[in-house]
Amino acid sequence: MAEFLQFFFSGLTVGAVYALVALGFTLIYNASDVINFAQGEFVMLGGMTTVFLGLAGVPVPLAAVIAIIVTIAIGLALHRFAIEPARGASAVALIMITIGASIFLRGAAQVVFDKRFHSLPHWFGADPIRVGGAAILPQSLVVLAGAAIIVVLLWVFIDRTLLGKAVIATAANRLAARLVGINTRKIVGLSFAVSAAIGAIAGIFVTPITLTSSEVGTMLALKGFAAAMLGGIGSALGAVVGGLVLGMLEAFSAGYLSSQYKDAIAFLVILAVLFAMPQGLLGKGKVERV
Amino acid sequence: MNVPTLIRHRLAPFAALAMIILLLPFFFPSAYYYRVAALVLIFALAALGLNLLMGFAGQVSLGHAGFFGIGGYATAIGPTYLGLPSWLSIIAGAAVSSLIAFLVGRPILRLKGHYLAVSTLGFGLLVAIVLNNEARWTGGPDGMSVPRLALFDWSIRGSDTWYWIAGGTFLLGAILARNLVDSPTGRALRAIHDSEVAARVLGVDVARKKLTIFIISAIYASVAGSYLALFNGHITPDIAGFLRSIELATMVVLGGMGSIIGSLVGAAVLVVLPQTLTALHDYEHMVLGLILMGFMIFLRQGIVPGLIRAFARMRT
Repeated sequence: MAEFLQFFFSGLTVGAVYALVALGFTLIYNASDVINFAQGEFVMLGGMTTVFLGLAGVPVPLAAVIAIIVTIAIGLALHRFAIEPARGASAVALIMITIGASIFLRGAAQVVFDKRFHSLPHWFGADPIRVGGAAILPQSLVVLAGAAIIVVLLWVFIDRTLLGKAVIATAANRLAARLVGINTRKIVGLSFAVSAAIGAIAGIFVTPITLTSSEVGTMLALKGFAAAMLGGIGSALGAVVGGLVLGMLEAFSAGYLSSQYKDAIAFLVILAVLFAMPQGLLGKGKVERV
Repeated sequence: MNVPTLIRHRLAPFAALAMIILLLPFFFPSAYYYRVAALVLIFALAALGLNLLMGFAGQVSLGHAGFFGIGGYATAIGPTYLGLPSWLSIIAGAAVSSLIAFLVGRPILRLKGHYLAVSTLGFGLLVAIVLNNEARWTGGPDGMSVPRLALFDWSIRGSDTWYWIAGGTFLLGAILARNLVDSPTGRALRAIHDSEVAARVLGVDVARKKLTIFIISAIYASVAGSYLALFNGHITPDIAGFLRSIELATMVVLGGMGSIIGSLVGAAVLVVLPQTLTALHDYEHMVLGLILMGFMIFLRQGIVPGLIRAFARMRT
């Protein structure tokens, strides 16, 4: 039982990070139909910028805030200089552009920072809390609470503010949104900014546990992408559920089956889900118009 | 179409391609150029196969390096552990690749768009993970050495020999691809590209045709992977990695979707660039990322179709 709880908590922690990456994917996808592969780089940038500002003598909380602002600026630049000029491109071309952006950001991070692994201090110490025989790091609770707060804030923003309603309108029908006077360009830019912020925050939260390096973005993007797919792309709730399910799958398969093959098992299950339910767990079925 | 026009239209491009491959070495100042050119041709072969899938049938694959890796490791594992000669290992690798393509193709190709992208991507990752973990057979992340290709007593190792082998195979691959595109299967594939529903209404067995082209493109990638492994004499799981898959897809899109020569041009750009960028080694990733973005934004139809269009405009 203690073992089960242990895997459960570690799955939940990792899953929360995947959920945040998937949520970033979903935001941008809904507003612009773009699958943003650079989403993982936002997580990397958040963590790495904080680490290096910290090394330069900036207090960590201030460094974290600056890192989030820097990442938002990069997200906006990505939209302005890479996505905006390619309006009307095919889905594959847009995926290629964001993959190019991801390779570029990783290369830039290697030059500006370095290629080594780095950590941040735990917020509330590194002494684990004992629950039913399992050990939880206080930082895991920070990740979980942070993820929950972000999800709630995002929900309040989307569901309760006029700007959020504009985001929903843009996602539902871009032309109609423009006709009622919504500046859809600004909304898409906003979705990039918010996604970048979510990614950066996730990176800052999780760095004390999982460490960070300029290389971590790619795998996170793939996992987040897979989580968004698993939940059904376009569904925010699906992204959160998909992320948590994926985190659990990985933790349990690493614990009970093989830690070497945890990534493989996660992807196998996703493939199986896609074959059985091509719209994902919570996605809506779409009728193709001929 | 009478016979001379047929020959002119069908054979002239390949004659030109053959001439280029034949004459190019006269301009090589050193053996190093043979090496780079051989690499270009090997990657062009893989890109050509993927182009059949992406450009003609309109099905994205972000995991094609998986087949590249299977072909590569076949020539490493076959001679080392199974006692197969290298040339037979190339064929065995292609057979294994086509069997795997057959098994995973049917469920994967039912998916569309982003779902297809993520499942092919997942497939490529699975291959890379297996190659990384089965260290007993593959040497794990460090890879393993690949015995040289030997035909009778002749051990093939020189870059110039590999240039001719890769050039000949690419030419053959290009002719086969052209014939495939002009066959009823090719026409059916283009119909699927334009509209799957319309193709089905016209009586095209969509699932079957897609599977056929998926298997063919897997064989191209597998053979190219075998060549790369034999040429380098060493192989690591990077050959099947995510970045390789992206590189192959980028070659296709860069050169031009649905353009046979485009695959060669795309491969040439992506192989030659890192070689010339070694001076800027630290900035290599940044420059590659910028190029990828730049091409996708400003020359989306690809280099070769873009040039053809520019020429057509000049003539009118």
